[in-house]
Amino acid sequence: MNQIIRLFSSLVLFVFSAGAFAQQPLQVDISSGHLDPTPIAIPAFIDDGARESRGADIAGVIAADLESSGLFTSVDERAFIENIQDFNLRPRFQDWRVINANALLIGQVTRQSDGRLLVGFRLWDTRLQEQLTGLQFVTAPENWRRVAHRVADAVYERLTGESGYFDTRIVYVSESIGPRGEPMRRLAFMDQDGANPSFLTDRSYWSLLPNYSPSAQQITYVSFLDGQATTYVYDLESGRQEALFASGGAGLARIDPDGQSLSARFSPDGEQLAVSIELQAGHDIHLFDLRSRNLRRLTTHPADDVEPSFSPDGDRIVFSSSRGGGSQLYVMDADGGDVQRMSFGGGRYTAPVWSPRGDLIAFVKQENGQFSLGVVASDGSGEERILYQGFYVDTPAWSPNGRVILFTRGDRGREGTEYEIWSVDLAGFNLRRMPINGQSSDPAWSPLIE
Amino acid sequence: MNFKLLIIAGMTATLAACASTPPPTTTQGPTSEPPRTTRTETPRTEPAGPIPGTEAHFVATAGDRVFYDLDRSTLTSAGRETLRRQADWLNAYSRTRILIAGNADERGTREYNLALGARRANAARDYLVSLGVSPSRIRTVSYGKERPTCRESSERCWSLNRNATTMIEGGVTG
Repeated sequence: MNQIIRLFSSLVLFVFSAGAFAQQPLQVDISSGHLDPTPIAIPAFIDDGARESRGADIAGVIAADLESSGLFTSVDERAFIENIQDFNLRPRFQDWRVINANALLIGQVTRQSDGRLLVGFRLWDTRLQEQLTGLQFVTAPENWRRVAHRVADAVYERLTGESGYFDTRIVYVSESIGPRGEPMRRLAFMDQDGANPSFLTDRSYWSLLPNYSPSAQQITYVSFLDGQATTYVYDLESGRQEALFASGGAGLARIDPDGQSLSARFSPDGEQLAVSIELQAGHDIHLFDLRSRNLRRLTTHPADDVEPSFSPDGDRIVFSSSRGGGSQLYVMDADGGDVQRMSFGGGRYTAPVWSPRGDLIAFVKQENGQFSLGVVASDGSGEERILYQGFYVDTPAWSPNGRVILFTRGDRGREGTEYEIWSVDLAGFNLRRMPINGQSSDPAWSPLIE
Repeated sequence: MNFKLLIIAGMTATLAACASTPPPTTTQGPTSEPPRTTRTETPRTEPAGPIPGTEAHFVATAGDRVFYDLDRSTLTSAGRETLRRQADWLNAYSRTRILIAGNADERGTREYNLALGARRANAARDYLVSLGVSPSRIRTVSYGKERPTCRESSERCWSLNRNATTMIEGGVTG
């Protein structure tokens, strides 16, 4: 797993910064509907590598990333007039404007004497005839996909003003039925675009509800390794996994379990976990300090308090509770004080997740036999907005820039609900199925990896 | 149903072997390895029925499942009736240990259903304890919506999957 972390040995060169122009440079509005995605031309990167050339592959990954956001459309290369042959010459902008390419991304791959790839790009505004940004990356040849994602992130960031989310990974649950009809739930990873899938846990026990640490070096998940739901912390670098609770106090929390423990989410500083633990026949939110191993109880209501999620400033925690009868959303201070009810609509509210931008909370709402994915302002102001409605919805997961939500979508199948991971943007547009073979659920999006 | 219980028991045994803590005593189900009955005072013996004291006998005489209303963990009168028969049986075979698994239908989110399943298992356990079954003989687990006994997406199946299922652990070990 450690190749995730140490990949880019250097980010060599920043080529250009924009000057002052009367005309506004190309800007993609991220908040309105995306009925009119911005056309961008991405010719194959110039590559001197002959048969090992990655130029077309890299351009293809960048185009797929940008199109997946719903904000861009990649101009068909068969329409191209100019054949870009020199990375350092200004393009013939008229050739790109007549095919309606508002933006032009050109790039070049060169092989260094140490075998590493030097990948550079320039993003041009074809109307202003101005370079908007340009960068070079140096990396090992096998990491070409990550370079492509980094370029896509840079383009997205320059044109939308928001940070990108393409150089990220997704951990999720792969669901299947074993040879004797037994349900199997395994943790799996993939790149954000579905590439490089791999399994993390084996088929002998269930693994559910994973979440990333802020450093992307650890995940928490719920494992049935010990026969009942137990919170685990998995260090991706070392492959070491430890239970929060185990009989005889053998777990990280050093206390004997009283029942099950459920999904854990990291505090923004990565030092604490918020987790619901079954105590005296009810579930309560606890704070576990990963350094001191101190466990602190935050809620004491006899009803079930589950699904805690930190605000990005670490000051507040949202959770769901059946204390008001049906399940509703509540927000409290990170020390357990000042509990406020968040949701007041009809139906059952579960699975709240605080946006990484802090302004919104995503949730699942169940009403009249339908499930909805919604968002509501985290300060309780304003109406909830429904982004998707269908037969079944669970486990919203935010993109690191807070603009896209992954979720478990269930549809009626022959042998019960069939689960897939889908994404939708904050405007409720661009509903997309993630490219995963077989049934899948419980997505968690990694932070941007530095 | 029985083959599913076998898988549960087999899985628990495998997992326990992987864990760092000593494996709890687990049973293979009644069909793979018929537990030895060493007790002598068998209460009522049906000539062709299941061997008294076995899980099959428990299922036949008491019933292993109690059902719950949608989104609820309170016992119904039918559920209390079943649990009274379970308590009678457990008080007669006083060395058996049980695992009560709480289950939920698929019409709820995953973590919510794990909590709901735990609540259902606890409600069944608490009622058995109130009828004189020692809490030290009872383990509970929640499988949430993960282990449906009925697999269709239909109200009929969902109501069957809202249950607490009592399984005999360790057979009758004397």
